[in-house]
Amino acid sequence: MGKENDKVIGEVTSGEYKYGFYSDIEIESIPKGLSEDVVRIISGKKGEPQWLLDFRLKAFRHWQTLKMPRWANLRIPDIDFQDIIYYAAPRKQNTVDGSGEIDPEIKKTFDKLGIPLEEQKHLAGVAVDAVMDSVSVKTTFKETLAEAGIIFSSFSDAVKEYPDLVKRYLGTVVPYTDNFFAALNSAVFSDGSFCYIPKGVRCPMELSTYFRINAANTGQFERTLLVADEEAYVSYLEGCTAPMRDENQLHAAVVEIIAENNAEVKYSTVQNWYPGDKEGRGGIFNFVTKRGLCRGENSKISWTQVETGSAITWKYPSCILKGDNSSGEFYSVAVTNNHQQADTGTKMIHIGRNTKSTIVSKGISAGVSQNSYRGLVKVLRNAAGARNFSQCDSLLLGDKCGAHTFPYIEVDNQTAIVEHEATTSKIGEDQIFYCNQRGISTEDAVGLIVNGYAREVINKLPMEFAVEAQKLLQISLEGSVG
Amino acid sequence: MLEIDNLWVAINGKNILKGISLNVKAGEVHAIMGPNGSGKSTLAAVLAGRDFAEVVEGSIKYMGRDLFDMAPEERSKEGLFLGFQYPIEIPGVSMVNFMKTAVNEHRRHKGLEPLSASDFLKLMRDKKELVEIDSKLANRSVNEGFSGGEKKKNEIFQMAMLEPRLAILDETDSGLDIDALRIVANGVNKLKRPDTSTIVITHYQRLLDYIVPDIVHVLYDGRIVKTAGKELAVELEAKGYEWIRNEVDRS
Repeated sequence: MGKENDKVIGEVTSGEYKYGFYSDIEIESIPKGLSEDVVRIISGKKGEPQWLLDFRLKAFRHWQTLKMPRWANLRIPDIDFQDIIYYAAPRKQNTVDGSGEIDPEIKKTFDKLGIPLEEQKHLAGVAVDAVMDSVSVKTTFKETLAEAGIIFSSFSDAVKEYPDLVKRYLGTVVPYTDNFFAALNSAVFSDGSFCYIPKGVRCPMELSTYFRINAANTGQFERTLLVADEEAYVSYLEGCTAPMRDENQLHAAVVEIIAENNAEVKYSTVQNWYPGDKEGRGGIFNFVTKRGLCRGENSKISWTQVETGSAITWKYPSCILKGDNSSGEFYSVAVTNNHQQADTGTKMIHIGRNTKSTIVSKGISAGVSQNSYRGLVKVLRNAAGARNFSQCDSLLLGDKCGAHTFPYIEVDNQTAIVEHEATTSKIGEDQIFYCNQRGISTEDAVGLIVNGYAREVINKLPMEFAVEAQKLLQISLEGSVG
Repeated sequence: MLEIDNLWVAINGKNILKGISLNVKAGEVHAIMGPNGSGKSTLAAVLAGRDFAEVVEGSIKYMGRDLFDMAPEERSKEGLFLGFQYPIEIPGVSMVNFMKTAVNEHRRHKGLEPLSASDFLKLMRDKKELVEIDSKLANRSVNEGFSGGEKKKNEIFQMAMLEPRLAILDETDSGLDIDALRIVANGVNKLKRPDTSTIVITHYQRLLDYIVPDIVHVLYDGRIVKTAGKELAVELEAKGYEWIRNEVDRS
């Protein structure tokens, strides 16, 4: 079988990255480099209040004392933080009150990405905050949502319009001292989305943020803050893409979620940053801190992620289960192909009584990529009746890639039940041949098998995006099997 | 339909098939019998395009075309169907999804529009009835957790869905109880048309009680050593392969 194996595995070519175009948009940017002055300039450009500048400066000073984390199963080249532009904005952007015209080039860019910025054209029932480089260029359905008392706006607008709310929650789930990249983000974050669902309101549409990196040599540092007050419900989705370039670009985001009593938040991500070419040149370095706090009783936070992009992914969407009977979920599909590296997983911190968590992680590795699951389940002393179920599966395409699982379990309460299951499998050439014999091409067979494998997670996505995610999985693995 | 001429096939440098010639015409049912290790399954694999076996010499023409120029999926779309001796499990992929993809690929090949969901489900229902397959199977993942008999019935069901010109059934009878054997054989018989052909590969004569062959070949040590009408199967069952062995060794 050796010959066939070699043939099936050897022909590693890259699939097309559909979103690799660059838009020629006039931008306003500040010079490369990072200093207190740069932090002040960013804050000044946004006309921020003093407390927010102080927050940034504290974060920056703290960041200067930190070192790049090296514990992940990743080979991270040295990043020169002075060689990055920390603020770049389209010059002719939408005005703050949302009444201004959008630059047609920007509109065209988002049209091309399948994210129309006109409300009447948009997918029914999805509101979008579109972020390009350092700023939000348009938020749709703001008024419709406002009628239900829901605040959905760019982070910058929220700081101006709802400073008290932002101040009350910012940094409460991910403090600026949390880690190297969270500190960096806290110092230089430029925009992102803010969302507040008031008491008893079920958000009538999907909310989403679409992140686009366009400018060269620029880092994107966005911040998302999502608050679901008592009995509230919201489903939120983020998508991301970037142009193809030979240089790496840095993306370091922070997402904070707060769920009060009986609130529920579903947060879904389809991450498709440029992964680099098949020799491993270029691609986004994606260092993201995402965390949700189930503060209230019976609250629930659910993370679903489909990670196909980025040269390096470092990301652990987590839940702090503080309220009694609260629950956290993490459903993940992470695909790595060619030279991509991913170290991703979750942390479930059980603090309250009868808290529940579910982890389903599906790693798919192809090419010469490395794919690691890293997860912590921690049950604190008072978390009586805590319950966790973890399932971590790895699927390998070929024999030059790697799949790794690093589960950490710390239990301080005798009544807790923690389960962990793990499997590793390969797509067999006999499976592919079986499909071939029924008239299905190898490419389609891989798509079929991979989607079958990831189905449990894909099913958790909102319907419109599940279809997209399925296609994306197939495209990401195109050419990974001969 | 199928013309095999002086086919020599090796696996890992060792000759397994040693000069097979075989001519299957439209409407015919051929049985290929032989003891273990005679090369029956290798022949089936070469016909379907599995590339672990190396073709050393010879040619195969299928519908007038050089079979070796056709990729496995193209052979399928041109109507060549292999019923697997050991059907493969594909976890997570539902039979519905699998068959829908396959049927629509076949349709696209013929320049037809893909079937709508409702038409497809109707087709599935009809074919399930035809081959008496339990309708629950269709909602499960491809062959996952199927019993041996269910897997074989599932092969016949797929054959019914794809309506092949040439069906090659590789030891479809192995592991079947007598009821399942009857169901499988009935399915094959119902699917037979004057313009289609069947190659039945089997150890035993009992399947041939239900699928009556026009021509029986005995494969022994990589060669077809005997070809005759259906009575050969009966004779073989009575005398055993020892008889063939002795006859071959004598000559």
